Amino acid sequence: MVYKLVWENLKHRPVRTLLSSLAIGLGVTMMLTLVGVGEGMLRDQEARTRGVGADIIIRPAGSSAIGITPPNINERLVAWAKEQPHVTQATGVTIQPLGGVSTVHGVDLDELSKMSGGFTFINGRPFQSGQEAIIDEYYAKEKKLHVGSVVKILNRDWNVTGIFRGGKLTRMMLPKSVLQDLTATTGKVSVIYVKLDDPKQTQAVIAHFKQTLSDYPIYSMDELASQFSVNSIPELKTFIGVVMTLSVLFGFLVVFLAMYTAILERTREIGILKALGAGQSYVLGILLRETILMAIIGSLMGIGMSYVTRWLIATFIPASMTQAIVYSWWPIASGITLGGALLGVLYPAIKAARQDALESLSYD
Amino acid sequence: MTEPIIAIRDLRKTFRSGEVDVHALRGVDLTVEHGEFLAIVGPSGSGKSTLFNILGGLTPPTSGTVIIDGQDLMKLSDSGRTKLRKKTVGFVFQKYNLLPTLTVGDNIEIARDIAGFKGPLDQQFRDVIETLGIADKMDRKPRQLSGGEQQRVAIARSVVNHPAILLADEPTGNLDTENSTLVLDLMRSLNKKLGQTILMITHNPEAAAFADRIVHMRDGHLHAAA
Ligand SMILES: Nc1ncnc2c1ncn2[C@@H]1O[C@H](COP(=O)(O)OP(=O)(O)OP(=O)(O)O)[C@@H](O)[C@H]1O
Ligand SMILES: [Mg+2]
Repeated sequence: MVYKLVWENLKHRPVRTLLSSLAIGLGVTMMLTLVGVGEGMLRDQEARTRGVGADIIIRPAGSSAIGITPPNINERLVAWAKEQPHVTQATGVTIQPLGGVSTVHGVDLDELSKMSGGFTFINGRPFQSGQEAIIDEYYAKEKKLHVGSVVKILNRDWNVTGIFRGGKLTRMMLPKSVLQDLTATTGKVSVIYVKLDDPKQTQAVIAHFKQTLSDYPIYSMDELASQFSVNSIPELKTFIGVVMTLSVLFGFLVVFLAMYTAILERTREIGILKALGAGQSYVLGILLRETILMAIIGSLMGIGMSYVTRWLIATFIPASMTQAIVYSWWPIASGITLGGALLGVLYPAIKAARQDALESLSYD
Repeated sequence: MTEPIIAIRDLRKTFRSGEVDVHALRGVDLTVEHGEFLAIVGPSGSGKSTLFNILGGLTPPTSGTVIIDGQDLMKLSDSGRTKLRKKTVGFVFQKYNLLPTLTVGDNIEIARDIAGFKGPLDQQFRDVIETLGIADKMDRKPRQLSGGEQQRVAIARSVVNHPAILLADEPTGNLDTENSTLVLDLMRSLNKKLGQTILMITHNPEAAAFADRIVHMRDGHLHAAA
Protein backbone atom coordinates (compact mmCIF):
# COMPACT_ATOMS: atom_id res chain seq x y z
CA MET A 1 0.00 0.00 0.00
CA VAL A 2 2.76 2.39 0.91
CA TYR A 3 4.23 1.77 -2.55
CA LYS A 4 1.07 3.19 -4.07
CA LEU A 5 1.61 6.42 -2.16
CA VAL A 6 5.28 6.44 -3.14
CA TRP A 7 4.38 5.91 -6.78
CA GLU A 8 1.61 8.52 -6.74
CA ASN A 9 4.01 11.00 -5.14
CA LEU A 10 6.51 10.45 -7.93
CA LYS A 11 3.78 10.67 -10.55
CA HIS A 12 2.37 13.81 -9.00
CA ARG A 13 5.46 15.77 -10.04
CA PRO A 14 6.45 13.99 -13.25
CA VAL A 15 8.87 16.63 -14.45
CA ARG A 16 10.70 16.83 -11.16
CA THR A 17 10.83 13.04 -10.93
CA LEU A 18 12.10 12.68 -14.48
CA LEU A 19 14.68 15.44 -14.21
CA SER A 20 15.96 14.13 -10.89
CA SER A 21 16.14 10.62 -12.29
CA LEU A 22 17.88 11.92 -15.37
CA ALA A 23 20.45 13.75 -13.27
CA ILE A 24 21.05 10.59 -11.26
CA GLY A 25 21.26 8.73 -14.55
CA LEU A 26 23.90 11.09 -15.92
CA GLY A 27 26.21 10.00 -13.14
CA VAL A 28 25.62 6.39 -14.11
CA THR A 29 26.24 7.23 -17.78
CA MET A 30 29.47 9.08 -16.96
CA MET A 31 30.81 6.07 -15.09
CA LEU A 32 29.65 3.51 -17.65
CA THR A 33 30.98 5.52 -20.58
CA LEU A 34 34.35 6.11 -18.98
CA VAL A 35 34.79 2.51 -17.95
CA GLY A 36 33.37 1.39 -21.30
CA VAL A 37 35.75 3.56 -23.28
CA GLY A 38 38.72 2.42 -21.20
CA GLU A 39 37.74 -1.19 -21.62
CA GLY A 40 36.74 -0.77 -25.25
CA MET A 41 39.99 0.88 -26.25
CA LEU A 42 42.08 -1.66 -24.37
CA ARG A 43 40.22 -4.56 -25.97
CA ASP A 44 40.50 -2.91 -29.35
CA GLN A 45 44.21 -2.38 -28.94
CA GLU A 46 44.61 -5.93 -27.73
CA ALA A 47 42.70 -7.27 -30.72
CA ARG A 48 44.79 -5.22 -33.12
CA THR A 49 48.01 -6.38 -31.48
CA ARG A 50 46.87 -10.00 -31.67
CA GLY A 51 45.91 -9.30 -35.27
CA VAL A 52 49.59 -8.99 -36.11
CA GLY A 53 49.82 -12.76 -35.76
CA ALA A 54 53.10 -12.77 -33.85
CA ASP A 55 54.03 -15.17 -31.05
CA ILE A 56 56.77 -13.06 -29.49
CA ILE A 57 57.20 -9.30 -29.17
CA ILE A 58 60.54 -7.63 -28.52
CA ARG A 59 60.45 -4.08 -27.24
CA PRO A 60 63.26 -1.59 -26.71
CA ALA A 61 65.43 -1.82 -23.63
CA GLY A 62 63.94 0.10 -20.75
CA SER A 63 60.39 0.36 -22.19
CA SER A 64 57.18 -0.79 -20.55
CA ALA A 65 54.75 -3.25 -22.05
CA ILE A 66 52.37 -0.71 -23.49
CA GLY A 67 52.84 2.86 -24.46
CA ILE A 68 54.75 4.61 -27.17
CA THR A 69 58.28 3.45 -27.82
CA PRO A 70 60.77 5.47 -29.84
CA PRO A 71 62.55 3.63 -32.64
CA ASN A 72 65.84 2.62 -31.06
CA ILE A 73 66.20 -1.09 -31.73
CA ASN A 74 68.87 -1.77 -34.32
CA GLU A 75 67.24 -3.31 -37.35
CA ARG A 76 70.00 -5.89 -37.57
CA LEU A 77 68.29 -7.59 -34.65
CA VAL A 78 65.42 -8.44 -36.99
CA ALA A 79 67.73 -10.30 -39.29
CA TRP A 80 69.35 -11.98 -36.32
CA ALA A 81 65.95 -13.06 -34.94
CA LYS A 82 64.99 -14.59 -38.26
CA GLU A 83 67.93 -16.98 -37.98
CA GLN A 84 67.08 -18.30 -34.54
CA PRO A 85 65.60 -21.78 -34.11
CA HIS A 86 61.80 -22.13 -34.58
CA VAL A 87 61.52 -18.59 -35.96
CA THR A 88 59.72 -18.50 -39.28
CA GLN A 89 59.23 -14.76 -39.61
CA ALA A 90 60.33 -11.55 -37.93
CA THR A 91 59.44 -8.00 -38.83
CA GLY A 92 60.33 -4.65 -37.37
CA VAL A 93 57.90 -1.78 -37.03
CA THR A 94 58.69 1.85 -36.34
CA ILE A 95 56.33 3.94 -34.30
CA GLN A 96 56.49 7.68 -34.64
CA PRO A 97 54.63 9.84 -32.11
CA LEU A 98 52.61 12.65 -33.65
CA GLY A 99 51.83 14.49 -30.44
CA GLY A 100 49.30 13.48 -27.82
CA VAL A 101 48.35 9.82 -27.99
CA SER A 102 48.36 9.61 -31.79
CA THR A 103 51.10 7.78 -33.59
CA VAL A 104 51.91 6.61 -37.04
CA HIS A 105 53.43 3.21 -37.82
CA GLY A 106 55.98 2.45 -40.47
CA VAL A 107 55.78 -1.17 -41.62
CA ASP A 108 57.14 -3.56 -44.17
CA LEU A 109 53.77 -4.42 -45.63
CA ASP A 110 54.84 -7.65 -47.32
CA GLU A 111 56.31 -9.07 -44.11
CA LEU A 112 53.43 -7.87 -41.93
CA SER A 113 50.90 -9.17 -44.40
CA LYS A 114 52.51 -12.60 -44.41
CA MET A 115 52.71 -12.76 -40.62
CA SER A 116 49.12 -11.62 -40.03
CA GLY A 117 47.55 -13.82 -42.66
CA GLY A 118 46.99 -11.11 -45.23
CA PHE A 119 45.39 -7.69 -45.39
CA THR A 120 41.95 -7.26 -46.88
CA PHE A 121 41.53 -4.07 -48.84
CA ILE A 122 38.02 -2.69 -48.86
CA ASN A 123 39.13 -0.09 -51.32
CA GLY A 124 42.30 0.63 -53.25
CA ARG A 125 45.65 -1.16 -53.00
CA PRO A 126 48.67 -1.50 -50.71
CA PHE A 127 51.18 1.33 -50.71
CA GLN A 128 54.16 0.82 -52.93
CA SER A 129 56.72 3.30 -51.82
CA GLY A 130 57.20 7.00 -51.62
CA GLN A 131 54.70 9.07 -49.76
CA GLU A 132 51.79 6.68 -49.73
CA ALA A 133 49.65 5.57 -46.80
CA ILE A 134 47.03 2.97 -46.02
CA ILE A 135 44.33 3.45 -43.38
CA ASP A 136 41.71 1.24 -41.80
CA GLU A 137 37.97 1.63 -42.30
CA TYR A 138 37.42 3.34 -38.91
CA TYR A 139 40.06 5.96 -39.52
CA ALA A 140 38.61 6.55 -42.98
CA LYS A 141 35.13 6.97 -41.53
CA GLU A 142 36.15 9.31 -38.72
CA LYS A 143 38.42 11.50 -40.86
CA LYS A 144 36.16 11.21 -43.93
CA LEU A 145 39.04 9.91 -46.05
CA HIS A 146 38.95 7.74 -49.14
CA VAL A 147 41.33 6.36 -51.70
CA GLY A 148 43.03 9.33 -53.32
CA SER A 149 42.72 11.56 -50.26
CA VAL A 150 45.79 13.32 -49.04
CA VAL A 151 46.77 13.23 -45.36
CA LYS A 152 49.35 15.52 -43.82
CA ILE A 153 51.85 13.75 -41.57
CA LEU A 154 55.16 15.15 -40.39
CA ASN A 155 54.63 18.14 -42.65
CA ARG A 156 54.38 16.00 -45.77
CA ASP A 157 51.45 15.07 -47.92
CA TRP A 158 50.73 11.36 -48.16
CA ASN A 159 48.40 9.78 -50.69
CA VAL A 160 45.90 7.31 -49.32
CA THR A 161 46.17 4.32 -51.62
CA GLY A 162 44.06 1.82 -49.77
CA ILE A 163 41.54 1.28 -47.01
CA PHE A 164 41.99 -2.02 -45.21
CA ARG A 165 39.75 -4.09 -42.94
CA GLY A 166 40.64 -3.04 -39.36
CA GLY A 167 42.08 -5.25 -36.66
CA LYS A 168 45.73 -5.34 -37.77
CA LEU A 169 48.28 -3.55 -35.61
CA THR A 170 47.11 0.02 -36.10
CA ARG A 171 44.88 2.34 -38.10
CA MET A 172 47.37 4.09 -40.33
CA MET A 173 50.54 2.65 -41.85
CA LEU A 174 53.29 4.18 -43.96
CA PRO A 175 56.20 2.50 -45.76
CA LYS A 176 58.79 1.82 -43.08
CA SER A 177 61.83 2.89 -45.04
CA VAL A 178 60.25 6.19 -46.07
CA LEU A 179 59.29 6.99 -42.51
CA GLN A 180 62.75 6.02 -41.26
CA ASP A 181 64.45 8.30 -43.74
CA LEU A 182 62.09 11.12 -42.96
CA THR A 183 62.68 10.93 -39.21
CA ALA A 184 66.39 10.19 -39.43
CA THR A 185 65.97 6.78 -37.82
CA THR A 186 67.23 4.72 -40.66
CA GLY A 187 68.13 1.24 -39.49
CA LYS A 188 66.07 1.57 -36.30
CA VAL A 189 62.75 0.03 -35.33
CA SER A 190 60.46 0.35 -32.27
CA VAL A 191 59.14 -3.19 -31.94
CA ILE A 192 60.04 -6.55 -33.39
CA TYR A 193 57.29 -9.09 -34.02
CA VAL A 194 58.38 -12.72 -34.24
CA LYS A 195 56.41 -15.70 -35.51
CA LEU A 196 57.36 -19.30 -34.69
CA ASP A 197 56.81 -22.59 -36.47
CA ASP A 198 55.31 -23.98 -33.28
CA PRO A 199 53.63 -21.68 -30.71
CA LYS A 200 54.36 -24.27 -27.99
CA GLN A 201 58.00 -23.31 -28.24
CA THR A 202 57.26 -19.69 -27.30
CA GLN A 203 58.70 -19.80 -23.77
CA ALA A 204 61.73 -21.73 -24.90
CA VAL A 205 62.47 -19.25 -27.66
CA ILE A 206 61.94 -16.28 -25.31
CA ALA A 207 64.45 -17.84 -22.92
CA HIS A 208 66.84 -18.28 -25.80
CA PHE A 209 66.37 -14.64 -26.92
CA LYS A 210 66.99 -13.37 -23.43
CA GLN A 211 70.42 -14.92 -23.31
CA THR A 212 71.48 -12.47 -26.00
CA LEU A 213 69.02 -9.60 -25.45
CA SER A 214 69.10 -9.44 -21.67
CA ASP A 215 68.11 -5.75 -21.50
CA TYR A 216 65.08 -6.05 -23.76
CA PRO A 217 61.58 -6.68 -22.51
CA ILE A 218 60.42 -9.74 -24.44
CA TYR A 219 56.83 -10.93 -24.21
CA SER A 220 54.73 -13.72 -25.52
CA MET A 221 51.53 -12.46 -27.15
CA ASP A 222 49.48 -13.68 -24.17
CA GLU A 223 51.73 -11.90 -21.69
CA LEU A 224 51.48 -8.68 -23.66
CA ALA A 225 47.71 -9.04 -24.02
CA SER A 226 47.31 -9.45 -20.27
CA GLN A 227 48.93 -6.03 -19.87
CA PHE A 228 46.02 -4.41 -21.66
CA SER A 229 44.03 -3.88 -18.49
CA VAL A 230 42.76 -0.92 -16.52
CA ASN A 231 45.22 -1.83 -13.79
CA SER A 232 48.19 -1.04 -16.00
CA ILE A 233 46.89 2.48 -16.68
CA PRO A 234 46.98 4.26 -13.30
CA GLU A 235 45.67 7.51 -14.84
CA LEU A 236 42.49 5.73 -15.92
CA LYS A 237 41.98 4.31 -12.45
CA THR A 238 42.39 7.75 -10.93
CA PHE A 239 39.99 9.23 -13.44
CA ILE A 240 37.38 6.56 -12.72
CA GLY A 241 37.75 7.37 -9.04
CA VAL A 242 37.15 11.05 -9.74
CA VAL A 243 34.05 10.33 -11.80
CA MET A 244 32.72 8.01 -9.10
CA THR A 245 33.14 10.73 -6.52
CA LEU A 246 31.44 13.24 -8.79
CA SER A 247 28.54 10.85 -9.34
CA VAL A 248 28.03 10.42 -5.63
CA LEU A 249 28.14 14.18 -5.16
CA PHE A 250 25.79 14.71 -8.07
CA GLY A 251 23.28 12.14 -6.80
CA PHE A 252 23.53 13.65 -3.34
CA LEU A 253 22.83 17.21 -4.47
CA VAL A 254 20.04 16.35 -6.87
CA VAL A 255 18.20 14.14 -4.41
CA PHE A 256 18.76 16.55 -1.56
CA LEU A 257 17.17 19.39 -3.52
CA ALA A 258 14.37 17.30 -4.99
CA MET A 259 13.39 15.69 -1.71
CA TYR A 260 13.84 18.85 0.29
CA THR A 261 11.36 20.71 -1.89
CA ALA A 262 9.13 17.64 -1.91
CA ILE A 263 8.82 17.51 1.86
CA LEU A 264 8.19 21.25 2.13
CA GLU A 265 5.46 20.90 -0.44
CA ARG A 266 4.04 17.89 1.39
CA THR A 267 4.25 19.24 4.92
CA ARG A 268 0.52 18.99 5.34
CA GLU A 269 0.33 15.49 3.91
CA ILE A 270 3.02 14.37 6.32
CA GLY A 271 0.89 15.89 9.09
CA ILE A 272 -2.10 13.90 7.87
CA LEU A 273 -0.11 10.67 7.89
CA LYS A 274 1.04 11.44 11.42
CA ALA A 275 -2.50 12.18 12.55
CA LEU A 276 -3.41 8.74 11.21
CA GLY A 277 -0.74 7.28 13.46
CA ALA A 278 2.25 7.10 11.14
CA GLY A 279 5.46 7.07 13.16
CA GLN A 280 8.87 8.41 12.20
CA SER A 281 9.93 5.17 10.55
CA TYR A 282 6.80 5.13 8.38
CA VAL A 283 7.47 8.63 7.05
CA LEU A 284 11.17 7.84 6.67
CA GLY A 285 10.26 4.67 4.79
CA ILE A 286 8.12 6.54 2.27
CA LEU A 287 10.87 9.01 1.42
CA LEU A 288 13.56 6.33 1.27
CA ARG A 289 11.42 4.24 -1.06
CA GLU A 290 10.78 7.25 -3.26
CA THR A 291 14.50 7.88 -3.49
CA ILE A 292 15.34 4.26 -4.21
CA LEU A 293 12.68 4.16 -6.91
CA MET A 294 14.04 7.36 -8.42
CA ALA A 295 17.57 5.94 -8.31
CA ILE A 296 16.39 2.77 -10.04
CA ILE A 297 14.64 4.77 -12.76
CA GLY A 298 17.73 6.95 -13.03
CA SER A 299 20.06 3.98 -13.28
CA LEU A 300 17.96 2.44 -16.04
CA MET A 301 18.03 5.76 -17.89
CA GLY A 302 21.78 5.99 -17.29
CA ILE A 303 22.36 2.51 -18.67
CA GLY A 304 20.20 3.40 -21.67
CA MET A 305 22.17 6.59 -22.21
CA SER A 306 25.45 4.65 -22.13
CA TYR A 307 24.22 2.91 -25.29
CA VAL A 308 23.62 6.34 -26.77
CA THR A 309 27.18 7.47 -26.00
CA ARG A 310 28.45 4.22 -27.48
CA TRP A 311 26.49 4.91 -30.64
CA LEU A 312 27.76 8.49 -30.80
CA ILE A 313 31.37 7.35 -30.40
CA ALA A 314 30.99 4.58 -32.97
CA THR A 315 29.37 6.98 -35.41
CA PHE A 316 31.53 10.05 -35.09
CA ILE A 317 34.92 9.06 -33.67
CA PRO A 318 35.26 5.33 -34.35
CA ALA A 319 39.01 5.55 -34.87
CA SER A 320 39.81 7.61 -31.77
CA MET A 321 37.63 5.71 -29.31
CA THR A 322 35.75 2.50 -28.84
CA GLN A 323 33.22 2.05 -26.06
CA ALA A 324 32.45 -1.38 -24.71
CA ILE A 325 29.30 -2.20 -22.74
CA VAL A 326 30.68 -3.49 -19.46
CA TYR A 327 27.80 -5.34 -17.80
CA SER A 328 29.68 -5.94 -14.58
CA TRP A 329 29.70 -2.17 -14.06
CA TRP A 330 25.90 -1.82 -14.23
CA PRO A 331 25.38 -2.82 -10.61
CA ILE A 332 28.50 -0.97 -9.50
CA ALA A 333 27.53 2.32 -11.15
CA SER A 334 23.91 1.96 -10.00
CA GLY A 335 25.02 1.14 -6.48
CA ILE A 336 27.33 4.15 -6.31
CA THR A 337 24.63 6.58 -7.43
CA LEU A 338 22.11 4.95 -5.12
CA GLY A 339 24.57 5.58 -2.31
CA GLY A 340 24.78 9.25 -3.25
CA ALA A 341 21.00 9.47 -3.53
CA LEU A 342 20.48 7.88 -0.11
CA LEU A 343 22.95 10.32 1.43
CA GLY A 344 20.98 13.10 -0.22
CA VAL A 345 17.61 12.02 1.14
CA LEU A 346 18.92 11.50 4.66
CA TYR A 347 18.54 15.05 5.91
CA PRO A 348 15.17 15.80 4.26
CA ALA A 349 13.78 12.44 5.38
CA ILE A 350 14.85 12.87 8.99
CA LYS A 351 13.50 16.41 8.98
CA ALA A 352 10.18 15.15 7.68
CA ALA A 353 10.05 12.25 10.11
CA ARG A 354 10.69 14.57 13.05
CA GLN A 355 8.19 17.18 11.91
CA ASP A 356 5.65 18.06 14.56
CA ALA A 357 2.31 16.53 13.62
CA LEU A 358 0.23 19.46 14.82
CA GLU A 359 2.33 22.14 13.13
CA SER A 360 2.35 20.16 9.89
CA LEU A 361 -1.43 19.86 9.97
CA SER A 362 -1.98 23.59 10.35
CA TYR A 363 0.43 24.29 7.47
CA ASP A 364 -1.11 25.67 4.30
CA MET B 1 -20.79 0.53 35.77
CA THR B 2 -17.91 0.31 33.35
CA GLU B 3 -15.01 2.73 33.43
CA PRO B 4 -15.61 5.95 31.47
CA ILE B 5 -13.77 6.01 28.13
CA ILE B 6 -12.41 9.47 28.83
CA ALA B 7 -11.62 10.86 32.28
CA ILE B 8 -10.02 14.32 32.48
CA ARG B 9 -9.07 16.04 35.74
CA ASP B 10 -7.64 19.54 36.02
CA LEU B 11 -6.08 19.41 32.54
CA ARG B 12 -3.87 22.36 31.70
CA LYS B 13 -2.06 23.26 28.54
CA THR B 14 0.27 26.19 28.22
CA PHE B 15 1.82 27.19 24.91
CA ARG B 16 4.94 29.23 24.97
CA SER B 17 4.84 31.59 22.01
CA GLY B 18 7.82 33.89 22.08
CA GLU B 19 8.09 35.57 25.47
CA VAL B 20 4.48 35.05 26.52
CA ASP B 21 2.76 31.98 27.91
CA VAL B 22 -0.63 31.24 26.37
CA HIS B 23 -2.81 29.30 28.78
CA ALA B 24 -5.06 27.50 26.31
CA LEU B 25 -6.52 25.10 28.90
CA ARG B 26 -6.81 26.23 32.51
CA GLY B 27 -8.10 23.22 34.42
CA VAL B 28 -10.51 21.17 32.35
CA ASP B 29 -12.60 18.40 33.95
CA LEU B 30 -14.60 16.05 31.74
CA THR B 31 -15.90 12.50 31.83
CA VAL B 32 -17.21 10.77 28.75
CA GLU B 33 -18.94 7.38 28.86
CA HIS B 34 -18.66 4.63 26.25
CA GLY B 35 -20.98 5.25 23.33
CA GLU B 36 -21.64 8.90 24.11
CA PHE B 37 -22.09 11.57 21.43
CA LEU B 38 -20.80 14.77 22.97
CA ALA B 39 -20.79 18.25 21.43
CA ILE B 40 -18.37 20.94 22.55
CA VAL B 41 -19.27 24.52 21.74
CA GLY B 42 -17.61 27.79 22.62
CA PRO B 43 -16.09 30.95 21.24
CA SER B 44 -13.05 31.04 19.04
CA GLY B 45 -9.80 30.68 20.93
CA SER B 46 -11.46 29.14 23.99
CA GLY B 47 -9.30 25.99 23.72
CA LYS B 48 -11.59 23.46 22.02
CA SER B 49 -9.11 22.32 19.39
CA THR B 50 -6.32 22.24 21.95
CA LEU B 51 -8.37 19.83 24.05
CA PHE B 52 -8.90 17.59 21.00
CA ASN B 53 -5.26 17.69 20.03
CA ILE B 54 -4.35 16.48 23.50
CA LEU B 55 -7.03 13.77 23.50
CA GLY B 56 -5.84 12.65 20.07
CA GLY B 57 -2.20 12.51 21.07
CA LEU B 58 -1.10 15.24 18.67
CA THR B 59 0.38 17.26 21.51
CA PRO B 60 1.19 16.41 25.13
CA PRO B 61 -0.69 17.90 28.09
CA THR B 62 1.14 20.33 30.39
CA SER B 63 -0.40 19.03 33.62
CA GLY B 64 -3.43 17.21 34.98
CA THR B 65 -4.80 13.74 34.40
CA VAL B 66 -6.12 12.43 31.12
CA ILE B 67 -7.14 8.80 30.94
CA ILE B 68 -8.34 7.52 27.57
CA ASP B 69 -9.44 3.91 27.25
CA GLY B 70 -7.30 3.06 30.27
CA GLN B 71 -4.15 4.92 29.10
CA ASP B 72 -2.70 7.82 31.06
CA LEU B 73 -1.72 10.46 28.51
CA MET B 74 0.63 12.22 30.93
CA LYS B 75 2.78 9.12 30.88
CA LEU B 76 2.87 8.63 27.13
CA SER B 77 6.06 9.21 25.17
CA ASP B 78 6.14 10.43 21.57
CA SER B 79 5.86 6.91 20.28
CA GLY B 80 3.12 6.16 22.80
CA ARG B 81 1.09 9.05 21.38
CA THR B 82 1.78 7.77 17.86
CA LYS B 83 0.31 4.44 18.90
CA LEU B 84 -2.68 6.21 20.45
CA ARG B 85 -3.39 7.93 17.11
CA LYS B 86 -2.97 4.65 15.32
CA LYS B 87 -5.25 2.50 17.46
CA THR B 88 -7.40 4.50 19.86
CA VAL B 89 -8.60 7.69 18.18
CA GLY B 90 -9.88 8.69 14.80
CA PHE B 91 -9.78 12.30 13.60
CA VAL B 92 -12.17 14.23 11.39
CA PHE B 93 -11.09 17.79 10.58
CA GLN B 94 -12.85 20.81 9.22
CA LYS B 95 -10.54 20.73 6.20
CA TYR B 96 -11.18 17.01 5.40
CA ASN B 97 -7.41 16.36 5.22
CA LEU B 98 -7.53 13.62 2.62
CA LEU B 99 -4.29 12.75 0.83
CA PRO B 100 -4.75 14.44 -2.55
CA THR B 101 -2.66 12.03 -4.63
CA LEU B 102 -4.52 8.92 -3.46
CA THR B 103 -7.96 7.68 -4.45
CA VAL B 104 -10.74 7.44 -1.91
CA GLY B 105 -10.15 3.71 -1.55
CA ASP B 106 -6.43 4.21 -1.07
CA ASN B 107 -6.98 7.00 1.46
CA ILE B 108 -8.86 4.44 3.52
CA GLU B 109 -6.31 1.71 2.82
CA ILE B 110 -3.36 3.83 3.91
CA ALA B 111 -5.02 4.38 7.31
CA ARG B 112 -5.31 0.60 7.62
CA ASP B 113 -1.75 0.12 6.46
CA ILE B 114 -0.42 2.57 9.04
CA ALA B 115 -2.31 0.74 11.77
CA GLY B 116 -1.00 -2.57 10.48
CA PHE B 117 -4.32 -4.02 9.29
CA LYS B 118 -4.27 -6.18 6.20
CA GLY B 119 -6.67 -8.21 4.13
CA PRO B 120 -10.20 -7.41 3.02
CA LEU B 121 -12.41 -4.83 4.74
CA ASP B 122 -14.69 -6.21 7.44
CA GLN B 123 -18.42 -6.35 6.88
CA GLN B 124 -19.20 -3.74 9.51
CA PHE B 125 -16.99 -1.22 7.77
CA ARG B 126 -18.44 -2.05 4.39
CA ASP B 127 -21.85 -1.26 5.83
CA VAL B 128 -20.45 2.05 7.03
CA ILE B 129 -19.28 2.84 3.50
CA GLU B 130 -22.75 2.01 2.18
CA THR B 131 -24.38 4.21 4.81
CA LEU B 132 -21.98 7.05 3.99
CA GLY B 133 -22.91 6.70 0.32
CA ILE B 134 -19.34 6.61 -0.97
CA ALA B 135 -19.18 2.98 -2.11
CA ASP B 136 -19.21 4.02 -5.79
CA LYS B 137 -16.56 6.72 -5.29
CA MET B 138 -13.67 4.49 -4.26
CA ASP B 139 -11.64 5.10 -7.42
CA ARG B 140 -11.99 8.86 -7.42
CA LYS B 141 -9.37 11.33 -6.30
CA PRO B 142 -10.44 13.75 -3.54
CA ARG B 143 -10.51 16.76 -5.88
CA GLN B 144 -13.15 14.97 -7.96
CA LEU B 145 -15.50 14.99 -4.96
CA SER B 146 -17.69 17.67 -3.40
CA GLY B 147 -16.87 18.94 0.08
CA GLY B 148 -19.66 16.88 1.59
CA GLU B 149 -18.43 13.75 -0.15
CA GLN B 150 -14.85 14.41 0.96
CA GLN B 151 -15.98 14.81 4.54
CA ARG B 152 -17.88 11.51 4.36
CA VAL B 153 -14.72 9.84 3.10
CA ALA B 154 -12.80 11.41 5.98
CA ILE B 155 -15.37 9.99 8.40
CA ALA B 156 -15.04 6.56 6.83
CA ARG B 157 -11.27 6.76 7.10
CA SER B 158 -11.44 7.85 10.74
CA VAL B 159 -13.41 4.76 11.80
CA VAL B 160 -11.83 2.13 9.54
CA ASN B 161 -9.58 0.89 12.33
CA HIS B 162 -12.45 0.87 14.84
CA PRO B 163 -11.07 3.53 17.18
CA ALA B 164 -12.40 3.82 20.70
CA ILE B 165 -13.24 7.47 20.13
CA LEU B 166 -13.92 9.65 17.13
CA LEU B 167 -12.80 13.28 17.46
CA ALA B 168 -14.48 15.60 14.95
CA ASP B 169 -13.23 19.20 14.97
CA GLU B 170 -15.87 21.34 13.23
CA PRO B 171 -16.69 18.60 10.71
CA THR B 172 -19.41 20.73 9.12
CA GLY B 173 -17.48 24.01 9.23
CA ASN B 174 -16.90 24.03 5.47
CA LEU B 175 -20.25 22.53 4.42
CA ASP B 176 -23.58 24.00 3.36
CA THR B 177 -26.71 23.26 5.37
CA GLU B 178 -27.78 20.30 3.29
CA ASN B 179 -24.42 18.56 3.44
CA SER B 180 -24.01 19.45 7.11
CA THR B 181 -27.28 17.74 7.94
CA LEU B 182 -26.24 14.69 5.93
CA VAL B 183 -22.87 14.41 7.67
CA LEU B 184 -24.38 14.97 11.12
CA ASP B 185 -27.05 12.36 10.43
CA LEU B 186 -24.37 9.91 9.43
CA MET B 187 -22.35 10.58 12.55
CA ARG B 188 -25.39 10.09 14.70
CA SER B 189 -26.17 6.81 12.98
CA LEU B 190 -22.57 5.63 13.54
CA ASN B 191 -23.08 6.50 17.17
CA LYS B 192 -26.44 4.82 17.49
CA LYS B 193 -25.89 1.74 15.30
CA LEU B 194 -22.30 0.91 16.21
CA GLY B 195 -22.06 2.57 19.58
CA GLN B 196 -19.18 4.71 18.33
CA THR B 197 -18.11 7.24 20.96
CA ILE B 198 -17.97 10.66 19.29
CA LEU B 199 -16.69 14.03 20.48
CA MET B 200 -17.57 16.89 18.16
CA ILE B 201 -16.56 20.54 18.19
CA THR B 202 -18.97 22.95 16.53
CA HIS B 203 -19.88 26.61 16.39
CA ASN B 204 -23.34 25.85 15.23
CA PRO B 205 -26.09 25.24 17.85
CA GLU B 206 -28.15 23.28 15.33
CA ALA B 207 -25.24 20.94 14.74
CA ALA B 208 -24.69 20.58 18.49
CA ALA B 209 -28.32 19.51 18.82
CA PHE B 210 -27.46 16.22 17.06
CA ALA B 211 -25.40 15.21 20.10
CA ASP B 212 -26.62 13.54 23.30
CA ARG B 213 -24.91 16.09 25.49
CA ILE B 214 -23.47 19.55 24.99
CA VAL B 215 -20.65 21.18 26.98
CA HIS B 216 -19.43 24.76 26.72
CA MET B 217 -15.86 25.88 26.61
CA ARG B 218 -14.84 29.35 27.65
CA ASP B 219 -11.35 30.69 28.39
CA GLY B 220 -9.89 27.26 28.82
CA HIS B 221 -12.63 25.97 31.14
CA LEU B 222 -15.48 23.57 30.44
CA HIS B 223 -19.02 24.16 31.70
CA ALA B 224 -22.07 21.94 31.43
CA ALA B 225 -24.75 23.34 29.15
CA ALA B 226 -26.89 25.95 30.83
N1 LIG C 1 0.63 25.93 18.79
C1 LIG C 1 0.20 26.99 19.49
N2 LIG C 1 1.10 27.88 19.97
C2 LIG C 1 0.70 28.95 20.67
N3 LIG C 1 -0.58 29.20 20.98
C3 LIG C 1 -1.51 28.35 20.53
C4 LIG C 1 -1.18 27.21 19.77
N4 LIG C 1 -2.31 26.53 19.47
C5 LIG C 1 -3.31 27.26 20.01
N5 LIG C 1 -2.84 28.33 20.66
C6 LIG C 1 -3.64 29.31 21.40
O1 LIG C 1 -4.41 28.60 22.32
C7 LIG C 1 -5.70 29.18 22.42
C8 LIG C 1 -6.77 28.14 22.14
O2 LIG C 1 -6.69 27.77 20.76
P1 LIG C 1 -7.65 26.69 20.14
O3 LIG C 1 -7.21 26.46 18.74
O4 LIG C 1 -7.73 25.52 21.03
O5 LIG C 1 -9.06 27.44 20.13
P2 LIG C 1 -10.45 26.95 19.52
O6 LIG C 1 -11.42 26.97 20.64
O7 LIG C 1 -10.29 25.70 18.79
O8 LIG C 1 -10.79 28.13 18.52
P3 LIG C 1 -11.56 28.04 17.12
O9 LIG C 1 -12.99 27.96 17.45
O10 LIG C 1 -11.22 29.36 16.47
O11 LIG C 1 -11.03 26.88 16.39
C9 LIG C 1 -5.72 30.35 21.46
O12 LIG C 1 -5.45 31.53 22.17
C10 LIG C 1 -4.59 30.03 20.51
O13 LIG C 1 -4.03 31.21 20.01
MG1 LIG D 1 -10.40 25.09 16.75
